[in-house]
Amino acid sequence: MTMHSNCETCPAHTEMARLGAAVGGFDRVVALAGNPNTGKSTLFNALTGLRQHTGNWPGKTVTRAEGGFQFGGVKYKLVDLPGTYSLLSASQDEEVARNFLLFGKPDCTVVVVDASALERNLYLVLQVLEITDRVVVAVNLMDEARRRGIEVDTRSLARDLGVPVVPIVARTSENVMALLSETAGVASGETATSPLRSKGTPEFERAVSRLVPLIESSAPGLPNARWIAIRLLDGDAAVEEALASGKLGELVARQQAPDLRFSRKIALQGAQ
Amino acid sequence: MSDPAAISPADIVREAANLRRSLEAGFREEVVASLYTEVERITRRAVRGTVGQTLELDQRIDRIVTSRAFGLPLMLGMLAVVFWLTIVGANVPSQMLAQALFWVEDLAAGVFDAWGSPWWLTGFLWHGVFRGLAWVVSVMLPPMAIFFPLFTILEDLGYLPRVAFNLDFLFKKAGAHGKQALTMAMGFGCNAAGVIATRVIDSPRERLVAILTNNFVPCNGRFPTLIMLATVFVAAAFPPAIASLVAAGSVVAIVLLGVAFTLVVSWALSRTILKGEASAFTLELPPYRRPGVMRILYTSLIDRTLFVLWRAMWTAAPAGAVIWLLGNIVVGGESLATRISAALNPLGWAMGLDGVILLAYIIAIPANEIVVPTMLMVYMAQGMMTDLQSFDQLRTLLVDQHGWTMLTAVNLMLFSLLHNPCATTVITIYKETLSVKWATIGALMPLTIAFAVTFFTAAVARLFLGF
Repeated sequence: MTMHSNCETCPAHTEMARLGAAVGGFDRVVALAGNPNTGKSTLFNALTGLRQHTGNWPGKTVTRAEGGFQFGGVKYKLVDLPGTYSLLSASQDEEVARNFLLFGKPDCTVVVVDASALERNLYLVLQVLEITDRVVVAVNLMDEARRRGIEVDTRSLARDLGVPVVPIVARTSENVMALLSETAGVASGETATSPLRSKGTPEFERAVSRLVPLIESSAPGLPNARWIAIRLLDGDAAVEEALASGKLGELVARQQAPDLRFSRKIALQGAQ
Repeated sequence: MSDPAAISPADIVREAANLRRSLEAGFREEVVASLYTEVERITRRAVRGTVGQTLELDQRIDRIVTSRAFGLPLMLGMLAVVFWLTIVGANVPSQMLAQALFWVEDLAAGVFDAWGSPWWLTGFLWHGVFRGLAWVVSVMLPPMAIFFPLFTILEDLGYLPRVAFNLDFLFKKAGAHGKQALTMAMGFGCNAAGVIATRVIDSPRERLVAILTNNFVPCNGRFPTLIMLATVFVAAAFPPAIASLVAAGSVVAIVLLGVAFTLVVSWALSRTILKGEASAFTLELPPYRRPGVMRILYTSLIDRTLFVLWRAMWTAAPAGAVIWLLGNIVVGGESLATRISAALNPLGWAMGLDGVILLAYIIAIPANEIVVPTMLMVYMAQGMMTDLQSFDQLRTLLVDQHGWTMLTAVNLMLFSLLHNPCATTVITIYKETLSVKWATIGALMPLTIAFAVTFFTAAVARLFLGF
């Protein structure tokens, strides 16, 4: 497998190495999230040199795939997640993605979005920004968008979202090196981000900030107590139960939980 | 809690409820509304140009491909073409592979004999283990090497979601989820993969329906059986000019029957042990994309063909050994194989099959791929014929020496379509549902249906058609 030609002239080229499935002793974890069928698995394959099955239909990836790559002397574990439209839905594949984003503590989450369907894709981006500020947005399928006469101003997007935004074509590895250097910056903490977060009413924010320390002391190490607090304020029975049974703590410990069954209510009651 | 002084979860929940009461009603709706406005605003600033011009071609294609009038016929046509290409293309390479591998078998056995190795070692290794492998490779490899690339092209093109779209109304009527069409399509590759693919279905009830009925579409392990039977028996009754068309047609018919069983059984489950209505869902129709040649070849040949072949060989080798042992361990003047198949014969007869076929199915429980090779090896282990060079000879062996009729071939196709899933799929059902009950139902329900249907067709054929 060879890189796309315009990458060979790129100075970053020599810094990159695909590590395939050998992910032992990695330094950082990067998650690939995004709506279904936006090319996460294609990007995963381009970065790791693995051959995770790709296909042109939403819902193809139902489990986490893990691989590794090296960039700038740092070893990364890359986790390809099933596509998801929101973090509140209940099907099992989406649960795999959501649990990892919420509890897996990735050093950086790359949200892959479809350049031709930006508006729909942005809902997930904003939801991910609610739970972590270590985010890079990869605007994929730029070639398809160009063919359709769609232009995406990634600078304007980056300004609005408060995180790095990189246009790429995963299929041909176009601009993937730029994506990697942004990812490296965010993962190491060198790049400071200021993610866009929708603020609720002052009373709401007060209520959230009252709950957060309580949740943190009850389930130590929970990476996003704010998200849990909001779910509790919404009266989400499934989250209440997960908290009461100690399953939230378990999730953090195992970074993934096939046995946690958030009920359908989470999708029905949850604010989309 | 590890620290008794820490606040208990119940306290937190109570506190949250108190805080909720203090908030104005509808506080979240405001947040959500502002989220939508925000997304709209950001998009407007960042995106120039409209999704219009080139999407039109996609939409024009979709208007035909997913139309009420042409959607289903086009799908059937495409299915028929794929099977026809598979059947026509696989025939000659299959026979060449069989000839080459059996030549190797004879040669190697000869060399072993010349070295003075004991007869049982030569027999066990070459006429047992190796012959099992040779059968699997020659019967399975060529059809898979043609079928999988064709299927992967359709998948990469973006056709699968259109299939789901076309079939949605049928699944809805059956009380099942429309995405079951997608998991069914995955089942054509491998039922275990199809069962895992049901994770895209978010309602547990509909997911179970999809899991329990996935087995009714033939996986690639069963396609070679169906293709061989269609080619050697059904098509042979027609003039050579249209034989391959008839063969493709009968495979399509069997697939349609499988889809019909999927729908009927889903319907029955939705009205009995898995009561409920079909839920609504959104399905994105992705743009058509040009499939990448290298990716197609890799996915279909390495991921699918070689993976499946490898698994088949791993199960075929021990099966070959078991068959050889059964054929060569003689108890009371008759081999074990003969004795067991004689014991199974009455049941087999009632199903329009025979004892050897049932024995083959029992040996092949680990993997459906090896049913036909197992069957042939048991027939041959009975000393009727030691070597098989072509499909014509196969026909001669089965029809003239073992009394096969059209009823045997048709019922074998039916049994192959409907019987219990392979061990891997049953284990996968258990892993996905974490329930012994559903895994058991997933194995026994299809088996019961297979018995019932073959009993019925055998009885009808004997009563009214004079078989």
